[in-house]
Amino acid sequence: MKRHLTITGMAAAAIMALASCSTLVETAGTLGTMVGEQKGYITSAQGDSIRKGTGAVAKSLEEFTPEQEYYIGRSVGAVVLSKYKVYANGPLNDYINILGQTLAAASDKPDIFAGYHFLVLDSNDINAFATPGGHIFVTKGLIRCCKSEDALAAVLAHEIGHVQLRHGMQSIEKARTTQALTIIATEGAKNLGSSEVAQLTDTFSGVISDITNSLVNNGYSRSFEYQADQAAVTLVRRLGYNPQGLIDMLQAMGKTLKKGGLDFARTHPAPGDRIKEIQSKQKFASIVEPSARQERFNTAVAGM
Amino acid sequence: MTCVRSIIVGLVLLGVLWVAMQVNAEETMSVQVKESEIRATPSFLGKIVAKLVYGDRVTVAGKSGAWTKVSLKGGATQGWMHESSLTTKRIVLKAGQTNVKSGTSQDELALAGKGFNDQVEASFVKQNKNLDYTWVNMMETFKVTPEVMNTFLVQGEVGAPSEGGVQ
Repeated sequence: MKRHLTITGMAAAAIMALASCSTLVETAGTLGTMVGEQKGYITSAQGDSIRKGTGAVAKSLEEFTPEQEYYIGRSVGAVVLSKYKVYANGPLNDYINILGQTLAAASDKPDIFAGYHFLVLDSNDINAFATPGGHIFVTKGLIRCCKSEDALAAVLAHEIGHVQLRHGMQSIEKARTTQALTIIATEGAKNLGSSEVAQLTDTFSGVISDITNSLVNNGYSRSFEYQADQAAVTLVRRLGYNPQGLIDMLQAMGKTLKKGGLDFARTHPAPGDRIKEIQSKQKFASIVEPSARQERFNTAVAGM
Repeated sequence: MTCVRSIIVGLVLLGVLWVAMQVNAEETMSVQVKESEIRATPSFLGKIVAKLVYGDRVTVAGKSGAWTKVSLKGGATQGWMHESSLTTKRIVLKAGQTNVKSGTSQDELALAGKGFNDQVEASFVKQNKNLDYTWVNMMETFKVTPEVMNTFLVQGEVGAPSEGGVQ
């Protein structure tokens, strides 16, 4: 107890000593900007934006809470589902959720706000999407490129990698990230008023379209895809799968992809390039599947 | 000049304070996800000893890789949580709730339900009537238990898994 009081006392003294100067330090920047304006080095509009800019620094993606990413993810998911039909096959969706959630649990970021969830899309396109909230969609076309559970594990692990590395969130325009975080930070501890909801909804819409543009229309950068491949190799191996599954899947994909198609070909680096990149770091032994594992995989994808 | 002296005194005091806190502090953290579990061992397959929800506070008792050893109030329940489910921020569950001392800074505080929330989602949906969340809601109900995961790994003869969070 005594020690507790001593600490409190020291803290108070430290704060008082520093507080006497903190305003001085803070105003130095503002003062410099004002002097600049008066001397005509910068216009007053520039001065305004510098002042605003200084206030808005350090707004990084880290400041989005898992809850914010979850809500962003839900709406990104709804946009993906406005373009693709769901393949409502119970056993197959059960299977990819068991496989996918087991992989996610063993990953570097097992706990996201509402967990990882997987859904098969009824499309022959070769494609997959992951939202920042952990909603992961895989088309039938992509599953057909997988000949083993090890290959499918690699596909799901690649998407989990995108979530963990926050690739979706990084496709939000910088200015919008700052805007969103500034609104959220200034919002008080009270219920939202209608004008605040309107303002937040505008920013939210912008965030959703930045991410879906990147996911559906433009694709991520080549380096993001290579990073997700690397994350997939690490993750499947951690669980005991053979990363060669990823190579086998990419080879099958290379044979199936149509140039200029509305799928992976447009939004991903060529499968051959991805294989080269992965194998430049490491080569893997051929896959020998235990029969029980191969059988359950065959059963799950049968009839697709 | 006085100012420089105050800064020096302040910084020295803060330094002493920091050292004192390392010795004395009981670090607490908050659950930053909807639901999370305390496990008997630092592994995703570890037996679940308690279930926690968003905003619950735990006391930190140690670290092992990506796993944090925690205890609940009173120390009766102890176990491990993955670092991704915890934040050093104090999470206030309801907007307007005043169980946090005034003057707590933004850095220490996260208001649950603040910013992008169901209210904003509802307003977004009004502007985008073509969007249907039925399957988004449905997929969020798919939940796999650690027992099912374990059986799945064993039956598929998937090699001995190493711990989550360890590179």
